[in-house]
Amino acid sequence: MSRPSGSKMNTSIFSELVHEDRVHRSIYTDPAIFEREMTHVFGAVWVYLAHESQIPHNDDFVTARLGLRPLIVLRDAEGRIRALFNRCTHRGARICRQASGSARTFQCPYHGWTYFNTGRLRGVPWPEGYACDFKDAKFNLAQMPRVESYRGFVFGTLNADAPDLAAYLGGIKKPIDEWLDRHPGGKVCVREANRFKFRGNWKLAYDNAADGYHVVFSHRSLLEMENRGKAEQDKGMSFYLGKPDEGPMYVQAFAHGHHFKDKRPSVEKRAGALWELEAAHPGMEHYEELIKARLKEKAGRALDLAASETVNINVFPNLSLLGNHIQVIQPLAVDETDTTWYATAVVDEGDELGGALDAVNALRMRTQEAFPNFGEVDDAANFEEIQKGLAACEDEWVYMHRGLGIPGRVRKEADGSLRAPATDEVFMREHMKEWKRLMTSTPNLGVLR
Amino acid sequence: MIDEAFYLKVVESFSSWPEREAGDPAIREQCRMLLEREARLLDQRRFEEWLGLYAAECVYWVPATPGAGDPRREVAVAFDDRRRLEDRIFRLRTGSAWSQTPPSRTVRLVSNVEVFENLMVRSTFFVQEFRAGETRLWSGWCGYRLKNWKIEVKQVNLIDCDQALRNPSLIF
Repeated sequence: MSRPSGSKMNTSIFSELVHEDRVHRSIYTDPAIFEREMTHVFGAVWVYLAHESQIPHNDDFVTARLGLRPLIVLRDAEGRIRALFNRCTHRGARICRQASGSARTFQCPYHGWTYFNTGRLRGVPWPEGYACDFKDAKFNLAQMPRVESYRGFVFGTLNADAPDLAAYLGGIKKPIDEWLDRHPGGKVCVREANRFKFRGNWKLAYDNAADGYHVVFSHRSLLEMENRGKAEQDKGMSFYLGKPDEGPMYVQAFAHGHHFKDKRPSVEKRAGALWELEAAHPGMEHYEELIKARLKEKAGRALDLAASETVNINVFPNLSLLGNHIQVIQPLAVDETDTTWYATAVVDEGDELGGALDAVNALRMRTQEAFPNFGEVDDAANFEEIQKGLAACEDEWVYMHRGLGIPGRVRKEADGSLRAPATDEVFMREHMKEWKRLMTSTPNLGVLR
Repeated sequence: MIDEAFYLKVVESFSSWPEREAGDPAIREQCRMLLEREARLLDQRRFEEWLGLYAAECVYWVPATPGAGDPRREVAVAFDDRRRLEDRIFRLRTGSAWSQTPPSRTVRLVSNVEVFENLMVRSTFFVQEFRAGETRLWSGWCGYRLKNWKIEVKQVNLIDCDQALRNPSLIF
């Protein structure tokens, strides 16, 4: 009865499209492949939906998407987090047209069918005109059968056969834990976002997410800007200069397509060192002075919290923790993608920062605007140029073989992850392997009512 | 240098607008000339001269939410002090700011100039952009706080500021 779209595709093509060293251009350009991804990837694995701080109270909601499916992610009246399909059971209209808010019920603006925020149908206008029993669950809103959180990050899947979320995350949990645990109370909250759209396939953004090879080229202008007027280039991403593979930073690829680019080994371990790496930001002198006056020798940690963390933590297929951002990749069409860079603020319920919280966050908002303004725009321009370049249909291959075949370059860790120098493309090879596995599998997708 | 007091004053200046203009035609004419000159300098990519229209201590603010919010507590599309504006211009001049290589051609209309007490000014704008084979339109309204005929604060309110923006590497 329910047939996932794209399921009729002959899956033997995927062994032609994904090789160890290269992928075929069509995985970025073919609408039929994109359509299949919306079920076989975005339906089948745990997809990031929202952050709990966006729905702090019961009845709070945000709208989101699972692949192309419109969702309302909410905390119901009892506090349970659900992901309802934002689609009236009656005629299919989106019932909620606000980006966020608070509501115990949702009424479809078209014919007035009303639903509780548990998804259950509350009622329809003039029910005497119907012969059916509206208590039948088939009239409730469809919702994702499995929604789980990991330390504030809300994920969902339609796949009954998927492992639980913790198992899906596997080795990437450790970098996520470390990213959170540098903050007071081990948590952050979302504070608005820098939002981008580009005319290109969503995988171009995910391929880039742990790419240490592009930095000094794609972001040359940012590196020059951060170090303008200085004798020595030592600000921002300056640790990429020279030969980045010879430095201590590295890239690590985990099971399920997750990966981690860890630049922390390139930064001194002492408190305050991360802050000293920051280039100029509005208000930095004032707030630095204020924080130092208040916290004295303890100021280093507070200032480091205002500085961009030097990690890229990527959870396949759509979540990246980049610096202090929660970046979400949203596919819209085979050649159209949004990336949302949610800013995060420090939450300090236990006053670990001795009253410096507001000053830290005032700085942290400005440090988080820098990369979207002066870095992401150039990546997005390059993604669009890839999409244009891929129109050359006789030129079939896109390469990802940096590091492949060089003895000793890629190391297998005790946990089964693969570790390589920072510019290695092993992480792409690994997520493409996973992508191929998913595209040739038969996920057990369904909704709950 | 931006400090807490500067932030507070910025938030306060743009929190509400009077219903009626101050009504002095000579001052209004001077404001119109300033805004139209700014538009021309930006269209001609004369960024250094453009920055010359700004006060020594200044802010160029493109909020990411309608209603603008408090920039100390949320990120903006852009929140630049003078030094970051110099950074922005420096980057655009490097030749490797790929989002502006080749640069956008722009033409902008500035209209509905309203001048209030204390040299608070509002205008509406369209920026027509041509880049990489496509033309597109940006639109919104601006709030200005002027002092001694220099721009102390410019707030650019894009009508789609809370939506995904494609290549927002222009100076609006």
